[in-house]
Amino acid sequence: MNQPAEDPPPAPAPAAPVLALRNVSKSFGAVRALHEVSLTLRPGEVHALAGENGAGKSTLIKTLAGVHRPDGGQLLLDGAPVAFHGPADARDAGIAVIYQEPALFPDLSIAENIFMGRQPRRRLGRIDHRAVRGATAALMRRLGVGLTPDRPARGLSIADQQIVEIAKALSFDARVLIMDEPTAALTGAETARLFSVVRTLRDEGAAVLFISHRLDEIFELCGRVTTLRDGRLIASEPLAGLTADALVRRMVGRDLDDLYPKQDATVGEVALSVRRLTREGAFRDVSFEVRRGEIVALAGLVGAGRTEVAQAVFGVDRADAGEVRVDGTVLRPGSPTAAMAAGLALVPEDRRQRGLVMEMSIERNIGLTGLGELRRHGLVRRALERDRAADWALRLRLTYHRLADAVGVLSGGNQQKVVLAKWLATGPSVLVVDEPTRGIDVGTKAEVHRLLSASAADGLAVLMISSDLPEVIGMADRVLVMREGRLVAELPRGSATEETVLAAAAGVGGRAAP
Amino acid sequence: MGTESETRGAADAARTRGSLVRGLALRWDTAVGVLLVAVFAIGLGSTDGFGSADNLAFAFDDIVEVAVLALPMTLLVVAGQVDLSVASMLGLGSALTGALWNAGWAFEAIVPVVLLAGAAGGLLNGWLVTRVGLPSLAVTIGTLALYRGLASVALGSDAVTGFPQKYADWAVDTTTVPGTFLTYPVLLFAVLAVLTAIVLHATGLGRALFAIGAQEEAAYFAGIRVKRIKLLLFVVTGLFASFTGVLFTLRYGSARADNGLGFEMLVIASVLLGGIDFDGGKGTLFGAVAGVLLIGVLKNLLTLNDIANEVQVIVTGLLLVASVLTPRVIAAFVERRHRRAADSPS
Amino acid sequence: MTTTVDGPPDTGAGAPARGASSLVEAVFRAREISIAGALALLILGTYLANPRFLSGQGVRDLLLNASILVLLAVGQSAVVITRNIDLSVGSVVGLAAFACGRFVAGTDHGVLAVLLLGAAVGVVCGLVSGALVSFGGVPALVVTLGMLYIIQGVDYWWARGDQIGAAEVPDPVLRLGSGSVLGVPYLPLIALVVLAATASFLRDRASGRELYAIGSNPEAALLAGIPVRRRILAAYVFSGAVAGFAGALWLARFGTVVADNAHGWELTVVSAVVVGGVAITGGTGTVWGAALGALLLTTIGSVLVVLKVDSFWQGALTGALLLLAIGVDRVVNLRMTAALRKRSARHGNGV
Repeated sequence: MNQPAEDPPPAPAPAAPVLALRNVSKSFGAVRALHEVSLTLRPGEVHALAGENGAGKSTLIKTLAGVHRPDGGQLLLDGAPVAFHGPADARDAGIAVIYQEPALFPDLSIAENIFMGRQPRRRLGRIDHRAVRGATAALMRRLGVGLTPDRPARGLSIADQQIVEIAKALSFDARVLIMDEPTAALTGAETARLFSVVRTLRDEGAAVLFISHRLDEIFELCGRVTTLRDGRLIASEPLAGLTADALVRRMVGRDLDDLYPKQDATVGEVALSVRRLTREGAFRDVSFEVRRGEIVALAGLVGAGRTEVAQAVFGVDRADAGEVRVDGTVLRPGSPTAAMAAGLALVPEDRRQRGLVMEMSIERNIGLTGLGELRRHGLVRRALERDRAADWALRLRLTYHRLADAVGVLSGGNQQKVVLAKWLATGPSVLVVDEPTRGIDVGTKAEVHRLLSASAADGLAVLMISSDLPEVIGMADRVLVMREGRLVAELPRGSATEETVLAAAAGVGGRAAP
Repeated sequence: MGTESETRGAADAARTRGSLVRGLALRWDTAVGVLLVAVFAIGLGSTDGFGSADNLAFAFDDIVEVAVLALPMTLLVVAGQVDLSVASMLGLGSALTGALWNAGWAFEAIVPVVLLAGAAGGLLNGWLVTRVGLPSLAVTIGTLALYRGLASVALGSDAVTGFPQKYADWAVDTTTVPGTFLTYPVLLFAVLAVLTAIVLHATGLGRALFAIGAQEEAAYFAGIRVKRIKLLLFVVTGLFASFTGVLFTLRYGSARADNGLGFEMLVIASVLLGGIDFDGGKGTLFGAVAGVLLIGVLKNLLTLNDIANEVQVIVTGLLLVASVLTPRVIAAFVERRHRRAADSPS
Repeated sequence: MTTTVDGPPDTGAGAPARGASSLVEAVFRAREISIAGALALLILGTYLANPRFLSGQGVRDLLLNASILVLLAVGQSAVVITRNIDLSVGSVVGLAAFACGRFVAGTDHGVLAVLLLGAAVGVVCGLVSGALVSFGGVPALVVTLGMLYIIQGVDYWWARGDQIGAAEVPDPVLRLGSGSVLGVPYLPLIALVVLAATASFLRDRASGRELYAIGSNPEAALLAGIPVRRRILAAYVFSGAVAGFAGALWLARFGTVVADNAHGWELTVVSAVVVGGVAITGGTGTVWGAALGALLLTTIGSVLVVLKVDSFWQGALTGALLLLAIGVDRVVNLRMTAALRKRSARHGNGV
């Protein structure tokens, strides 16, 4: 391990590691985020980093990116110890990080975004604007995309923003590319394009560290995998010969036999009825029903209009035409208040921005949807608020220190439980959940599934938007598929498979029945 | 500290700092309360005449407009908004009062019209913020100029005097509520302060304000009528501001377009000094009231001790800067100690 | 999969050589053109109503009046572009003018010394504000409001009702304010030089572009390794220096200084900048636009005088114009984002 160049390998000699961590530890206050973790990245490999949320992946990435400095252990660049004093140092060493949601400068052009701080100069230190644009155009050609260097970054899709970040990495000849859940918000086609770019870079000799919650992507793209659990290194091994089950076991430290504990429920009368709902530019003529006891999945590629439908149903966006009924009551369009009064609840996709008020306490977040019921003579009854929060925390097996703590200090999975509690506490008859398990660890995921299933069994109507196909197949009684703003297929539990859903979502193969 | 390498862990650090600032803010309002008591005690001990009923009546009456304006301003800042146009609306209220009085209106008819104008001005602010989607800072810088300009248009540089004696008597600091040293305007402020405190800390609307200030989108997705609430806040603020215009006119017996010039700074200084976070979502009304009273008491003490008006201006400025800087400095200090403590064992 | 390559990627050779990014610039150039158009219409209309408005003396007065506001707008732009604000500029002008007045009163100090002193006073003020905002991490509005108070208080305290009269100011200094070359007064020329130099810096220097980057997305600027705090500090120091410099020019122009010179100008300056297309939320706009905004506001003031409209209207008009400008900005911005999103939808989906 110390002198890899001298190993006599059977295959072509593995190249010398370009970047390595050796026994790195990092603590934040009392929390040990990383405990003596080692990792080796070699040129020409795509290396997966696996682990549940809170396993230490983010800390590890930020250590490599120069954002954190390790408390102990060493960072080796080309075999020599280095210390990064900031992101700029890491960048100068040829390390590029592509975050899940890239941070671009929306007012500046793509070309300026790529070359910020490193613009080619003319005489007297003036920026050579022409060279900047020419180089950007060349990068875009190399990546095979048609983004114009001059257009501002404002309004770019997440996929295109990532392309800009990758172009930036190419522009300074990054030798190490770190990608933190890059595919979380991408459509299938965008993911495929991203993967082909990554493979090209790998073949050109870059080392890629790839983080994803989607195991299929790890198996598709990567050669090796390093697994972390609770800040410790569990294994670093080739993916060949490893099964998905074995990888999950390493990640969670136990078997996960029932990730999709779907209970059979008796289907009751119609709770949610959507008729010809239309919002210009987002979706058209969407009609469906959800009955009590049912979990209906709304599948489709990102950008197909699923979140938009959910938001129009709940009223945070106003529909241009169509009608939504909850238990027979027609909802006033564009009014979340009316939707809530009628018994509708929406767990939004973006937990941190839309689901929770991060700096408010757990109890107040749970109470926020029930201010009407918690009131007596116009005043909020705090004891009742706390009791209600404590009750739901117990039911959802929430892990917390005190109910008065800000939700921001909880882990992602526990935050999601607070969002669910906040909405289940309103006693809804219809629950709309948008990507209920995105970015939460496998253990909590199973708990969320169990909760949804049990709630449906108790007579709740559940509409679940998900990009996680195993989740869709595993949890739904019926699958509705959207493509380009229209509802294109409805598949009952028996005939919904990953293949049929995907085919309908992407519009390939035989046209599915409407 | 102080180089770009400090930027490491920016997000995490900001989060920790956020919670530390919040923790301190909870104690910050208490600290301002204690400081107020201390300054008061020092005043009693050091300055002759400070504790006399006459002086206290004057001291509180002297800042009553600022104090009244600080109440809706606290709600606005908690909700992540700000209204810089309040003092201009005070001026407009005063100018309108004078212009209508000149035109021969009855005082009883003038007041509702002035209040209506205040509500309309607030509505314009609120409309631009909630419907057009502009930042309240930019909007109210504009209406600050606009309303003061309209005040000048209404009254020019004239001063109108001679308002009905019965109303003037009610407002001046020589009339006190029987058995106390409080003037009627100060009593009114006290009642409004209690009501505002109940709204902010004990009602659903108050919860909604904190949620909107901390994370507007999440509040909206929780079914809170964000726009309507913000609009309401701006209207109420405009109403209060025009009312202080009438009050100011009566207290000084003179309606002028430039009445209350620069008061917006005092109002904001009071609110921030009281520990209301300028970024929204944090603070208590108790803190804001303590901030106002502290500024009032300091102003009175400086005047009694013959310290020049200019120095009072400097002190206000320093207080304003200190009120936002101190919690952050303490937080940075605590954070560094934590970091050092965490680093040392390993 | 198919990757779409529409749109001409060969922007290297054939494309126009100038412009950091023509699309972005086109939008904001449109803004500058529309202000220039409004300005031209205003001037033309007033000229038709009263031809004396465009007499030699009329134009000279207009330019002289605008010079100091243009300077202040240029300095303020650098700060606003970084998503900050400097409300202390008015009081800095007052303090610097008074300091320069005291310095030259009854002496024969040279012009250069006066200008340097003015700028130095401004630099000190800018350093304090900038350090509090950048390193103290406190909201710019609050800090600079506090600084406005503090500087104003210091100025009043120092002046104690004194004023410095033109008789005490040495002739060379006064000549700077009233003299001209080839019929063009010095002051507008100085303002133009500062304006052009700043424009070139903001457009063609890496650190200039970084100010835009900071205003556009502060978190991303940190991650990109931009020394955010130092850049913001520098913007404040620049704004302060320009304001102090303008204070010295104030002395040269008017000869008389009292403590409340330029009192309340901060709002006019901010209005000029925002009317000129520098977004209050940072990241966009040019100093040319800001200068046009300053020229427009000054012209409105002069027009009111010429048309014998009550000068009390000026404040209200400034406020209304500011509201109009930010309202239009907002609407244009929403439209542009929507348009770009549609474009990228056409580009991105290669399915």
